[in-house]
Amino acid sequence: MGETTVGVLTGLLFVLGLCLSGMADPSVVLGFLDLAGNWNPALLFVMAGGVSVTFIGYRIVFGRKRPLWSKSFQLPTAGAVDAHLISGAAIFGIGWGLAGYCPGPALVSLASGRPQVLVFVVAMLAGMVFVRWMRARPRAAIAATSEA
Amino acid sequence: MHPYIMAAIGGVLIGLSAVLLMAFSGRIAGVSGIVGGLLPPKPVTDRSWRLSFVLGLVLAPLILRMATGASGIGAPAVDYPALLAAGLLVGVGTAAGGGCTSGHGICGLARLSPRSAFAVAVFMAAAIVTVFVTRHLV
Repeated sequence: MGETTVGVLTGLLFVLGLCLSGMADPSVVLGFLDLAGNWNPALLFVMAGGVSVTFIGYRIVFGRKRPLWSKSFQLPTAGAVDAHLISGAAIFGIGWGLAGYCPGPALVSLASGRPQVLVFVVAMLAGMVFVRWMRARPRAAIAATSEA
Repeated sequence: MHPYIMAAIGGVLIGLSAVLLMAFSGRIAGVSGIVGGLLPPKPVTDRSWRLSFVLGLVLAPLILRMATGASGIGAPAVDYPALLAAGLLVGVGTAAGGGCTSGHGICGLARLSPRSAFAVAVFMAAAIVTVFVTRHLV
């Protein structure tokens, strides 16, 4: 129950941030990525605000032995920078630059009811399922990498 | 208010969301990881908080629109074939690379994770090159 409530509330807060900051608008995101065009630095301010608050907040949170409503912190194991990380990030970057949607803003934009967003989200989920399926096979071609 | 100030405030709220999720549930607020865990094959066992986070994501714009009259959601910038290709690439890339703009970009950088710093540098560079090619070369 507790974790469900936290999930909904943090999801809501996350989206409030995305929508206020302009990140739910692909043209703002593409405007940031377009260095050679009419550059819009908005995303830089989002990152600066987000990373600094999270940096300070995590320091306080990790001072405790465990989370308030759960048994333990579930953090990615610190692995090495490998080929999967680099190729995955490169593939993601190309997709992000093509449409201006990363996973959060794409899911948020479903609420607009536009069929274009649904096409993007269904394709994105299919891509995720494909990689998970490849990994689940014996002697997977794509080895398991930890989440961020 | 100036859009850059709104952007910074929005970033602070995203950061607060990440901190609260860690403080209460001990989880990283990475959208691709949260969603990926719900997908086949072998969906993870801790589905309830993931589903509720996604529910929050989808419901929030509707609440925002009721409260303020505007949801902040912009129109898609490209046509169907590009959206289809981009969706596939974003899905494959975030699943293979273990994170997206929120997981690597906000939470990973805040944890000073070298993997996340590398991932952010690579996906930013790839996205910037892609936009340069599609907007200025093609």
